[in-house]
Amino acid sequence: MSFDLNLLLAGTYHDWLIQGLRLSLGMAGITLVLALPLAITVAMFRLSPLRALQWLGATFVESIRNVPLLAHMLFWYFGAPELLPDGIKRWLYAGNIEVLSAIAALTLYTAAYMAEDIRSGIRGISSGQFEAGRSLGFSFLGTMRLIILPQALRVTIPPLVSQTLNLWKNTSIATVIGVGELMYQAAKVESTAFRSAEAFAFATLCYLSVSLILTVLGLLYRRRFPVRVA
Amino acid sequence: MSLIEVIQTYWVYFLIGQFPDGPLGGLSLTIVLAAGGLLLAFPLGLALAIARMSPWPILSWPVTSIVYVIRGTPLLMVLFWAYFFLPSITGQKISQFSTMLGALVLFNAAYLSEIFRAGIQALPTGQFEAARSLGLSYFASLRLVVMPQVMRNMLPSLVNQFVSTIKDTSLGYIIGLSEVSFIASQINNLVLTKPTEIYLVLALAYFLLCFGLSRFAFWLERRHARSSVLGGDRSKMSHPAKSKLTEQT
Amino acid sequence: MIRFENVNKWYGEYHALVDITETIGKGEVVVVCGPSGSGKSTLIRTINRLEPIGSGKIFVDSKDANSAELDINQFRAGIGFVFQQFNLFPHLTALENCMLAPKNIRGMSASDARALALKLLDRVGLSEKANAYPSALSGGQQQRVAIARALAMQPPVMLFDEPTSALDPEMVGEVLIAMRDLARDGMTMVCVTHEMGFAREVADRVLFMDGGRILERATPDDFFNRPQHARAQQFLSDIRTPFR
Repeated sequence: MSFDLNLLLAGTYHDWLIQGLRLSLGMAGITLVLALPLAITVAMFRLSPLRALQWLGATFVESIRNVPLLAHMLFWYFGAPELLPDGIKRWLYAGNIEVLSAIAALTLYTAAYMAEDIRSGIRGISSGQFEAGRSLGFSFLGTMRLIILPQALRVTIPPLVSQTLNLWKNTSIATVIGVGELMYQAAKVESTAFRSAEAFAFATLCYLSVSLILTVLGLLYRRRFPVRVA
Repeated sequence: MSLIEVIQTYWVYFLIGQFPDGPLGGLSLTIVLAAGGLLLAFPLGLALAIARMSPWPILSWPVTSIVYVIRGTPLLMVLFWAYFFLPSITGQKISQFSTMLGALVLFNAAYLSEIFRAGIQALPTGQFEAARSLGLSYFASLRLVVMPQVMRNMLPSLVNQFVSTIKDTSLGYIIGLSEVSFIASQINNLVLTKPTEIYLVLALAYFLLCFGLSRFAFWLERRHARSSVLGGDRSKMSHPAKSKLTEQT
Repeated sequence: MIRFENVNKWYGEYHALVDITETIGKGEVVVVCGPSGSGKSTLIRTINRLEPIGSGKIFVDSKDANSAELDINQFRAGIGFVFQQFNLFPHLTALENCMLAPKNIRGMSASDARALALKLLDRVGLSEKANAYPSALSGGQQQRVAIARALAMQPPVMLFDEPTSALDPEMVGEVLIAMRDLARDGMTMVCVTHEMGFAREVADRVLFMDGGRILERATPDDFFNRPQHARAQQFLSDIRTPFR
């Protein structure tokens, strides 16, 4: 059985795979949009002077990061809907509950990791910077905006880019609850047509290209905005 | 069936699978896989690290590319290649266990090479010079002064990598390997009425294992920071007068 | 200009400042010295409220530093503070470090702020380093930029918290000269420092602290030649004759 490139260029299998790629990209995009504000909020909780908020933030991060994404997916797909009232449950099952569960799991998982990157970015800036800003007469928010955040961004963007790369790879795990994303479609081509080489090559190439683009973006950012230390 | 009854009926199955009547499974298999997947990756990871740091581009370039390719691909993708594609050309079906172990070793080697590289590059030259100045031989300096510090530097990262590996083993579920996630959904299929509780127990089992280990890594790091000339930032703990401007205004 | 009235401060059980009462006049240059842990850094940090106090009152220009109605940011903008660790903003050039506060707090136009910053950098002898990032400057140069940055807010008072302690010995002089020039221009200055040569030549008064108390207040001449308090005599002999 030789490698049949035409299979990837047109036809049913081509359509399946492209559909999968679209869904993977879509899920990654939506998750990113949802996870970033959540991550910033959790990081602020962890940095706040209030014990209760710190604890809440830490519990969120630790309870999510220490459980595999696959278990999150299983929980959000099989477990969580059972807790909801019947009306909402029926509405959910009528819609695309697989994708919703996957996005819920991906969002929480990604946000937990990003929150830690943001937190350590801000914490890495010495308290002297904060004192210097306040001594010049800047308010708390003014110091944050003009002195702490510009420095924190430079430190934080590169790890956030690699978390986005992880998010991209993690979309593949949604296969487990039957989301028709790229990995699922590749497996479908494999099982229907026994064309594993073509389907997997296509999927691998897609994963790698997006990963490569993200890596290059991270490098460009680092070159454009180098981290400076005094 | 109440949750208590479910646990009473299935806890042994959850922990060890069908063992000793069948292959080892459940939480034990998860741990065995993770430990094996990490330990077996050590030699390969070290080789990759050394190759990446070598002065010859002909060696460092391809190895760097390989590491990037592995890090840019989902683990599941590699699993699919190995489990579905490989048998179609070799004609031999590989067991789920070997497939999973192989994929974990490959992935861990790539990630370990980064940890080793960072550990070696942070080699404290001043420490080495101090040891040589005391009259210790090259190898005695390495063995008694430098390597203990490098190992200590890397230990927290290694424990964290072990945590990641434990979480990665859950992908075995997808190829039908009877590790703990797979066993949990088997139990769910048998019980049928308690999906929320069963998957929460699964999450809790992972949490206890991984959280315990990451606390351990954190503790190692803290102990290390206190006693190290490298990582210890003494300004952070010198004076109780560290003011907290956030609390004042 | 600066007045302490029965100021006390505790860190938990530890009594860091004990009943401090002191007045520093306009145009006066005061050096605060004492062994480490004596409370001298804490004292200077209470003046612009980097440290809150437990009891008592501090007035700067007859404004109560710890009153609830005080606009703390406006208050701090009128007090220059120079840190031991410089604390320049590493993402900004020397010039931008000096322009940041005038532009954003005083609302100065960019061109006015630039002119002011360049003038001040010139005053500390660093106009040719205006576009360098802090990482490209030596410790002494960074500290001089930090002085220029504080001066850019045109404060009537300057506080120095061990400004030369983090410097290599050969760079101490350039910073002290910048401080001396400032004193000669009539600036009100409080300096926590161990540089006794500076105290002797520039200070109007020396305050000696130990155990959170001001134990001795004297002219430099009296302090160095006729110290009254036993702890001050001990301190002076320790820094003069390390080999015994």
